[in-house]
This record gives sequence, structure tokens and C-alpha cells, in this order.
Amino acid sequence: MELFLHQVLAGLATGGIYACMALAVVMIYQAIDHLNFAQGEMAMFSTFIAWQLIQWGIPYWLAFALTIAISFAAGVVIERVVLKPIHDAPILSHVVAFIALLAILNSSAGFLWDWTIKNFASPFGSGQFLGQNLLSRHDAGMIGVTLLMLVALYLFFRHTRIGLAMRAAAANPESARLAGIRVGWMNALGWGMAAAIGAVAGMLIAPVVFLEPNMMLSILLYGFAGAVVGGLTSPGGAVFGGFSVGVIENLAGTYIPVVGREMKLSIALCIIVAVLCVKPSGLFGRPVVTRV
Amino acid sequence: MSRLLEARDLCAYYGPTQVLFGLGLAVDEGGITTLLGANGAGKTTTLRSLSGMCRTNGDIRFDGKAIAGRATEDIVRLGIAHVPQGRGTFSRQTVEENLEIGAMTRHGRAAIAADVERVYGYFPRLKERRGQQAGTLSGGEQQMLAVGRAMMLRPRLMLLDEPSFGLAPLIVEELFGILRTLNKNEKVSMLLVEQNAALALDLADHAYLIETGRLVTEGPARQLRDDENIRRSYLGY
Repeated sequence: MELFLHQVLAGLATGGIYACMALAVVMIYQAIDHLNFAQGEMAMFSTFIAWQLIQWGIPYWLAFALTIAISFAAGVVIERVVLKPIHDAPILSHVVAFIALLAILNSSAGFLWDWTIKNFASPFGSGQFLGQNLLSRHDAGMIGVTLLMLVALYLFFRHTRIGLAMRAAAANPESARLAGIRVGWMNALGWGMAAAIGAVAGMLIAPVVFLEPNMMLSILLYGFAGAVVGGLTSPGGAVFGGFSVGVIENLAGTYIPVVGREMKLSIALCIIVAVLCVKPSGLFGRPVVTRV
Repeated sequence: MSRLLEARDLCAYYGPTQVLFGLGLAVDEGGITTLLGANGAGKTTTLRSLSGMCRTNGDIRFDGKAIAGRATEDIVRLGIAHVPQGRGTFSRQTVEENLEIGAMTRHGRAAIAADVERVYGYFPRLKERRGQQAGTLSGGEQQMLAVGRAMMLRPRLMLLDEPSFGLAPLIVEELFGILRTLNKNEKVSMLLVEQNAALALDLADHAYLIETGRLVTEGPARQLRDDENIRRSYLGY
């Protein structure tokens, strides 16, 4: 029983990170109808920026805040410079741009900070949370920060005008334009926020997976799985999906003997395939209907 | 009366296809102008051109300012509210959120809240449904919401694209009554595109008739209504 609880809680902790990545993916998907394959590399790059700032002697939480700000700005710039010009281009152009972005970020991180694995300290310490032995302090911190961020995002989208404008721009760009909303800038803002969310996810998971240019590859895959489970059209669903994938991954790794540690990643792919076969729009998504 | 909106030599294109061929039209300050024509005549395209949603040539002036070639968002901000074909409802957002979206270009919470109440005054049924997702409303209610959303902009000119489309006759009558009141009470000028010519000519004071992107005739609405030839050949009643 204790093993079970332990695995569930640890799953929730990593699941929070998957939830963040899933949410970032869904936010961009809602705005431009494409999956951003470079989301993970953007998060990785942000984490390297945080690491560099900490190396320069900046205190952890200040570096944390600075990294979020830098990532947000970089997200806005990427949208304006790379994606705005190809806005009306076919889907393949987008895919190529995303892959280019992925390769550029990955290689420049390797070039700037080299490919060796680095330690990324946890701000929460490494002991057990509140003296019990189910949950480590870092896991508890991850869950806490994730939940805080999700609540903040929820309040932002529900209760601010700019949040409403962003929802309107994503839901119906043409109508939003007719209401005077600057849809292009709302997209850029969405990119900025997605980049910032990714940065938080990267900084939180780095102490667990260690910092190196390929660290986010599997995390993003789990994030995609979470987004697909919840439905690509539902931010709340993506968060739920992220947490579920974290828990399923951990339980399967523990209780299904063949899976073990090495086969964990294939679980994410199995989940994606299973959901796409049974309920392509996800648990909370709505089917996309196109008028022809 | 002064001219609020004036278009001269208006041409519009979808890709390589030309849809409008040198159209000229005007809306008077405080007036209701209607644009009539058969399916595919270019009525919707004309409205889209005025809102900067098509590639166009020619001169468009709103309140004396040239607006041709400007971005839709900027044209809207001058006070032109476009109620698009198909209503443009934000279906996953609530009725009240739809109205708030309509006021996105404005400042001042109190004034916006007061205007939401004002819209509810014209459309009491929207108030009953204020917390409901807009996609669950009936067609007539969605059309009222679209007009309400346009009102939230405090526009000087409303572009209405077939507001009667797909609605029951009783609802249409109610809606057009409200449009008349809006024009009178709120001093909103209107450019109305309609298939239902009899209805539109009743409401409007000036009318344009177009065919395949070219002007056929124009004149006071009453004059077009009483012209037997035009009525038979173009208006179909």
C-alpha cells in the first residue's frame, strides 16, 4: 500500500510537469491549430538560461523570475519573427519551421553550454517532505508550484479582460478582429505565455532528469500524451491528462514487470495511440467540425 | 445630411478572381442604406471590403478619413461594427462574455457594465440567458447577441450581413423593429445587406442594387420598391 501511494504521489509530481508541457502545447494549438514540436527545446533552453544565471551568482528565486521574463519575451519574439510571416502558409511549412526551431535551439544549447550533463539544484532541498517518507521535498515543491501556476492561469483567463480577449482570438479569430481585438498580438502573447510555462516546467524537472540539451525530449512526449488524453481543444483537459499520464507511467513502471524503467517511454506512445483509436478528440475535447 | 461612409470605384479580389467591379456607394449620417442583389452578387464581399477583410482597390472614406487598405482591427476602432454572416458568435463563451468581447476596444468598467444592461434592455431574452454558453442559444437569440455585441462597440456605423437569414418571420419582425429603434435612439447609421428585399426596403431609406459585382441602380428605398420592372427582374416579389 505504501509503495502504491508513494508511486501515485511521485507520479503526480512528474505529472505536474507533463501537465505544464501539455498546457503549453494546447495553448499554442488553440491559437494557431498546429502542434509546436519545439516546445520542449524552448523549455530546455530556458532552463539553461536559469542555470547560467545561477552560475553567475544570482539567487535561485530571482533567477527563476528572470528566466520566466526572458522566456516570455523570447516566445513573443519567436512568434513575431518566425511564425507571423508564415501564418497563412500550409501546415508543412509550419512543421518545417518547428523542426528548424527545435534543431537550432538544441544545437545552440549544446554549442553554448556543451553536451555534458549538469546538476541543477532544487530550491526545495532533497530531504523528505514534512518528515514522512511518501513524498520528497522536491516532489512536493513541484506539485505546489505547478498548482499555483495553474490557478494563476485559470484566474487570468477567466477574470481578466486580456484573458477574455485571448480566448476570443483563439476561438474565432475573424470575429475577434471584428471586435477590434489585435489577434496577431494575442497569438504572440500566447507564445510568450507558453514559453514561460515551459520554462517553469523545465526548471522544476531539471533536478530530476539532470540538465542537458536532450533533457526535454521525453518530457515533451509525455506532455503530448497528456494533451491528447485531455483533448487538444481543452486546456483543463490537458492539465488533467498530464497528471494522469504521470501517475499511469509510474504505476505501470512499478507493477507491470516487463515495463520496468527502460520501457516507461513507450507507455506515453501507447496512451497516445489508444486514445486516438478510441476517442480521437480526447476525454474533454470537442470534435472539430469543418464546413466544406 | 452628411456622408458618413463613401466608397468610390471599389474593386475586390479573392485571389486572382475579381468580385467587385468599380462599385460606388454611400451611407448618410443617421441613415439606413440597404444593399440588395441575388446570391453571389457580391453583397457580403462589399461589406468585407469595407471592413478590410478583402484585397481591394479604390477609395473608401469613413467620416472623411481614407480607410482602404487599413487593418480590420483599426477600421473597427474608428466605430464601424460589422455583424458578419453566420453571426460570428463565440459559441463556447457565455452570452455576457460575448458582450464583453464586443467592448474590448473600450475603457472604463462602469460604462461597459452600463452598456451591457442597455443591450439587455433591448434584448431581454439575452439577460435571461446571460450565463449560458452562446452556442446553445437559438438562431434568433444568436442574431440578437450578434447585434448586441456590435452595439457594445458604441459604433457610429453598423454593417449588417443578412440578419434575417434562417430566422422565423416573427423573430425577423422583432429584430427589424429593434434595428429601427437603434437607428432612431442610438443614432447608429446602418448598411444592411439582405436577401429579403421587401423587408430591407421597408427599413431602409436608401437602396443600392448590384449584380455580379456591378451597380445596377440606386435610389431612395421607396422608389426602388415602387418600380415594377426592378421588382420583377431583380427582387423577385
